[in-house]
Amino acid sequence: MEYKDYYQILGIARDASPDAIKQAYRKLARKFHPDVNKEKDAEARFKDIGEAYEVLKDPEKRTAYDRFGANWQAGEQFRPPPDWDAGSYEFRGSTAGAQGFSDFFEALFGQARAQSARQEFRMQGEDQQAAISISLEDAYRGARQTLTLNRPEMDEQGHVSMRPQQLNLVIPKGIMAGQRIRLEGQGLPGHGGAAPGDLYLEIHFIPHPLFKAEKRTIHLQLPITPWEAALGASLTVPTLDGKVQLKIPPNSQSGSKLRLRGKGLSTEKTQGDQIVTLQVVLPEAHTEEQRALYRGMAEKMAFNPRTDLGV
Amino acid sequence: MSHNSNAYLQGIVLDEETYCSFGELCRLCGASAEQIHEMVAEGIISPEGRTPAEWRFTLVSLHRVQTVVRLHQDLHINLPGCALVLELLDELDSLRSLLARS
Repeated sequence: MEYKDYYQILGIARDASPDAIKQAYRKLARKFHPDVNKEKDAEARFKDIGEAYEVLKDPEKRTAYDRFGANWQAGEQFRPPPDWDAGSYEFRGSTAGAQGFSDFFEALFGQARAQSARQEFRMQGEDQQAAISISLEDAYRGARQTLTLNRPEMDEQGHVSMRPQQLNLVIPKGIMAGQRIRLEGQGLPGHGGAAPGDLYLEIHFIPHPLFKAEKRTIHLQLPITPWEAALGASLTVPTLDGKVQLKIPPNSQSGSKLRLRGKGLSTEKTQGDQIVTLQVVLPEAHTEEQRALYRGMAEKMAFNPRTDLGV
Repeated sequence: MSHNSNAYLQGIVLDEETYCSFGELCRLCGASAEQIHEMVAEGIISPEGRTPAEWRFTLVSLHRVQTVVRLHQDLHINLPGCALVLELLDELDSLRSLLARS
C-alpha cells in the first residue's frame, strides 16, 4: 500500500495546532465536497481530506501516525512495522462512511472498527454516485450500453474494495444532460445482511461536432448564402434523426431561428425540438465580375443597416 | 474484470415528469418524515397537493433531498444554508451550460 501524507493532504505543517488542523479541514471539505465541486477527482480528494482529519484531529491517532516520522513520501510503498498494534485503536463513526478509508488507514487504525461494525450493526449499504458520458444520438433514440465503472466488491473476509466492473445499462430515450438514473440495489453492499445501497448515474453528453443541447432543445447553426436568405430556399439539414428538408422563408436574416418539431430530445410525455439558427455567409469577391455583382447591388438596393445607430 | 450479469439494467430517470408519494420519497432518500417536512417548510422541495397524504413529489426532489442530507452530514450546514447552496448550484449549472453553448 502507499504511504499517505496526511499533513500534505490538509496543506499544513507537521506541528500545526489542533485549531489550524480543523480550519484547514473545514475549508478543504467545503471546497471539495462532491455535491459542490464538479471536478472529476473531487470525491477522492474529499475522502482523503476526511481521512486525514480523522487521524490528525485525534491526539492519540496523530501521535501514532507521527511515529512514522517525516521521512516518508506520499505514494511511497509502505508496510506497517511488525510491532504495530492496530487493535488498540477503537474507531467508530466517520465522515467517510462504509466506502471507507484507504488501505493505508485501515492497516493502521481500521481493523477493530471493521470487525465490530459487522458484528453489531445491520446497516444498509451506501449509495454510490457516478457520472457517465453518452452521445447525443444515444440520448435521442435511447440505447443499450455497456459501461465500465469502479464498483465495490466484497471478498470473503467482508473487505470491500473498488474494482472495474462492466454494467449493462438501458439509456432511456430523451434523457437530458444533468439528469440522473437510479439503479436500485446497485450501490455498496449492506452490513450484517442488510440491503445494498443504490447507484446513481449522472448523464453527461459527449460534445457533438454539429449539435448543442439545451435541456430538450437541440441547437444547430446553419450557414446559408445571401441569395438563399433573400429568395428563400429548401435546404437539406442534419438532425439527430438524419437529414431533413427545411424551408427557409424569403428575406430571412442572419440569426433567425427556425423550429424542427420533435427533432430534439423527446420522451413519451414531452416533445423536444431542434432549433436551426441561420447564419448568412457572404462570398468573397475576388474577380472583376464578382465585384461588379456587389456594385450592382449597391446601386440598385437602397439599404442602410445602420439607421438604428443614427448614422 | 468481472461481468456483473448479461441483463440490461433499467433504472428510473429522476425527472420532472414522474412523481412519488411522501412515503416513497422517505424510503427512496432514506430520510425521515420529519426531515422531509422541514425541507418542504423551507421551500427546498415543493410537493403538489394540500395535505401530506395528498403530497406528490417529482423525482428531481429525490436528488435535492439527498444533497441536503449529505451537505448537512458532511459540512454541518443548516437547512436555510442548504437551501441557499442548492439555489446557487442551480444557478451555477445554468451558467455553465450557457458557457458550454456559446
